[in-house]
Amino acid sequence: MAHADTAHGDHNHAPKGIGRWLFSTNHKDIGTMYLMISVISAIIGGSMSWLIRLELAEPGIQFIQDLHFYNVLVTAHALLMVFFVVMPALIGGFGNWMVPLMIGAPDMAFPRMNNISFWLLAAALVLMVMSTVIGEGVGTGWTLYPPLSTADYSPGPSVDFGILALHLAGASSILGAINLITTILNMRCTGMTLHKMPLFVWAMLITAFLLLLAIPVLAGALTMLLTDRNFGTTFFDPAGGGDPVLWQHLFWFFGHPEVYIMILPAFGIISQVVSTFSRKPVFGYLGMAYAMISIGVIGFGVWAHHMFSTGLGVDAKAYFVVATMVIAVPTGLKIFSWIATMWGGSIRFDTPMLWAMGFIALFVVGGVTGVVLANAGVDTAFHDTYYVVAHFHYVLSLGAVFAIFVGIYYWFGKMTGYKYSEKQGKTHFWLTFVGVNILFFPQHFLGLAGMPRRIPDYPDAFADWNMVSSIGAGITMISTFYFFYVMYCAFKAKVPCEANPWGDGADTLEWAVASPAPFHTHEVVPDIGTALPAE
Amino acid sequence: MSKPNGKNRNTAIILFAFVGGMVGLAFASVPLYRVFCQVTGYGGATGKVAAVSGPAAPANAPMITVQFDTNVDSALPWNFKPDQREIKVRVGEESLATFSAVNKGNRTIIGNATFNVTPYKAGQYFNKIECFCFTEQTLTPNQTASMPVTFFVDPEILTDPNTVDVKTITLSYTFYPAAADKKQQTSSDNAATKNAKLEIRKTGKPSPETKSKS
Repeated sequence: MAHADTAHGDHNHAPKGIGRWLFSTNHKDIGTMYLMISVISAIIGGSMSWLIRLELAEPGIQFIQDLHFYNVLVTAHALLMVFFVVMPALIGGFGNWMVPLMIGAPDMAFPRMNNISFWLLAAALVLMVMSTVIGEGVGTGWTLYPPLSTADYSPGPSVDFGILALHLAGASSILGAINLITTILNMRCTGMTLHKMPLFVWAMLITAFLLLLAIPVLAGALTMLLTDRNFGTTFFDPAGGGDPVLWQHLFWFFGHPEVYIMILPAFGIISQVVSTFSRKPVFGYLGMAYAMISIGVIGFGVWAHHMFSTGLGVDAKAYFVVATMVIAVPTGLKIFSWIATMWGGSIRFDTPMLWAMGFIALFVVGGVTGVVLANAGVDTAFHDTYYVVAHFHYVLSLGAVFAIFVGIYYWFGKMTGYKYSEKQGKTHFWLTFVGVNILFFPQHFLGLAGMPRRIPDYPDAFADWNMVSSIGAGITMISTFYFFYVMYCAFKAKVPCEANPWGDGADTLEWAVASPAPFHTHEVVPDIGTALPAE
Repeated sequence: MSKPNGKNRNTAIILFAFVGGMVGLAFASVPLYRVFCQVTGYGGATGKVAAVSGPAAPANAPMITVQFDTNVDSALPWNFKPDQREIKVRVGEESLATFSAVNKGNRTIIGNATFNVTPYKAGQYFNKIECFCFTEQTLTPNQTASMPVTFFVDPEILTDPNTVDVKTITLSYTFYPAAADKKQQTSSDNAATKNAKLEIRKTGKPSPETKSKS
């Protein structure tokens, strides 16, 4: 990257060669590496989902003769997308890049810890990929429920590789979270009180706390599974007094906050973008921040809504139904505030804004089916059907992944110094929007009709909508290739981007530094004085 | 680039302690979960008491049918059957049921039994006073043993609105090889069995060679 045109040109002694990346302690370089690892994982995980849709396009067994391999695909697709695509992009990527820039800090609090966070994740990705190619592959689903994941039913080293991969990815996340929290709490610039932080920074702070509370529980549960498999303990084995349902409690105590870990950073990005392109401060800034806090807090008390079919008592079910529905209140508040921000604003429909509005629309669809599934009685019928698959793909695949694209298009100029073609960005949006809706909307119908998930075959009655869904997967695949073409064109054309391409709506500190952001920024601590909240 | 100053280090230490605490909680949840199940009868866990206790049963207390269900893990060569399919008991009164177990194997084996009741919600009112399942049981080859359980149903089951509809309770046991015996079993488990299991899981049907063997 060339930094000659920046005010701090003299300080841009970026190390040369591979050492710059291997030993990097620079938050921007590490952020870039996180985004890269996310892209690599997305290509692997995405290819797996296309294989799945290829097999499901028609009834009967077409391409995947080894049915265990289908289970391996389903498992690896989920684990890759959750731990190696969405989390690295939103938390490691945009978090590292933008949090120090937005709060006026010169770097993260612990730059070397930042480096080890990244390389732990890289090692975890290698272990994860090895788990699918060594031995028979992990065929347990990403939830790793015993007894299927125990040594009796998943012999061989694959599941152990998977467990160790998750251990390393978890350690990486915990170190990253500690770094983010310390940076945000201690290194904000003069005048930036907690209540003046940009909402993206709020989102990252809350996400980091959720990571800190949830990941150790996963680590504990994984360790128990590892010793059950290899050292004869019986945490989840009834023969020795254990209980497989205990795994589900521990896993979902981590697993439910995990979905908020993936979506809260997305909320933060959407808040920045909606405000920027409406040229208005976010409606109800404090309400937005505290809505995220309450989503995080309540999110730790709803885990058993993933376990309605395990024989919970009626009182426990009633509690988990109500608590789950309560989350719809702060979430609805956020949707309302985004729309209220747009209301009366002077809206520019640039590419990031299109993606953000797409996010809001599709996230609402996923949220509404979530409220449906929160009902224990309904969930008994829909449990493990494609209705659930449609629900979580609307909130994660079309929610969190849309937010990744929002972030890429919004901050592309700041990160690379180049402009992408506005026309191409919009084409990419519409292609993706149409593709993913054709892909996932019919899965609601399939789920309502009772088609079970994680099964490579189905009765002829489900044939039509499965074909439609697979055609949608094809369109989505084309749009993904088109995204790489958009990026290729932008890097080839090298159209320089000004420091603030979005005008006066973009008032956060990252737009005050040059584009691309110089190697070192905010070496003199900025003073935002008594200005209004950055949003 | 700033050096980690004291404030940052303190924050990090607090946060690391936080992480350590959560890992500790995850492991503490194992015994806590067991206690939770016993206290609430979650998952049909039954109570264990020294003698009949609680409020006296009303004189005209209704009868409840208690059915018995027995299972044996495939690794344990035992026959295990209840001596009676079901008995009718008066709520609040101590009752006795017996089971018979035979060791069909050719070596002495230690087993222990896990248990629960259905409907799960009745678990908290089903109390055992004495049971063969509280300890490990040892059977020599071809030895037959009678295994008793004494229990009573807490009269509060009649007043809890969630359980007034319970007229039948099923008490279920599953015998497993005890931990010491299990280890021997696993090591003698030959690779062929495991491969056959794997084959079934991969293709949905046993491989031809596995079929011919069985």
